[in-house]
Amino acid sequence: MLAVYSNPRWLSVVRGAVERLTETLGFPAVQCRSITRAVDEALTNIVRHSYGNRLDQPIALYFRSAKRCQHGEIEGGLEILLCDRGRALDLNTLRGRPLEQIRPGGLGLHLIRQAMDTVEFTRKGLTNQLRLVKYLARPRNAV
Amino acid sequence: MNISTRRLDKTTIFDVSGDIDFANSPEVRQSVLREIREIHTARVIVNLRQVRYIDSSGVASLIEGLKASRDLGSRFILIGLSTSAREVLQLSRLIKVFEIYDNEEQALAT
Repeated sequence: MLAVYSNPRWLSVVRGAVERLTETLGFPAVQCRSITRAVDEALTNIVRHSYGNRLDQPIALYFRSAKRCQHGEIEGGLEILLCDRGRALDLNTLRGRPLEQIRPGGLGLHLIRQAMDTVEFTRKGLTNQLRLVKYLARPRNAV
Repeated sequence: MNISTRRLDKTTIFDVSGDIDFANSPEVRQSVLREIREIHTARVIVNLRQVRYIDSSGVASLIEGLKASRDLGSRFILIGLSTSAREVLQLSRLIKVFEIYDNEEQALAT
């Protein structure tokens, strides 16, 4: 578990931790970068949208191993829960913009969804919870 | 993150180093837009060779620079994209929107 405040100065700290963690778990380099990017974008969304750029609000990140059965084989993975106690998020405001529009903003959610196998938002009591999961696919010819 | 500025004739080059994220992308945006809108530089080059990471807010800052330069008829060029920066622009389908060169010599020769 990693507890940080909603100050953007913490973003680089979390990126460093997630990058090392994904490397250690054996994700390919491109996925280490994309998972790290997804967590960074998710944290930024919390700071901006959930906490309205307030700098001193709590954010908790939980990292757990994940498993699923895919094509008859067990795949391991990484589950990341990001929890905050900001305002309830309206999912309609978090859809991201169409990529064919060339304008600033709205890219973060696309980058999260492109990186992760599962992206789920839930509101539990006063807590927003974002669940991100990425599975570590086995090479097809692995024995 | 650090931004240093070099001015060569009608060209300004911003050498950016470090990570560009939500904490510091406003600084990139401000520097680029001032150069385009207030100083009216004909060609603005952003050198990303020393940038290891750029998030969506950093990309948004670059898009604002591109749009401002189009509005004013100037050029906005990116050079030295790292693997991570190139990935973000590809994932956001912006890689072909920007004028991109490998290095400063190529950008200055155009």
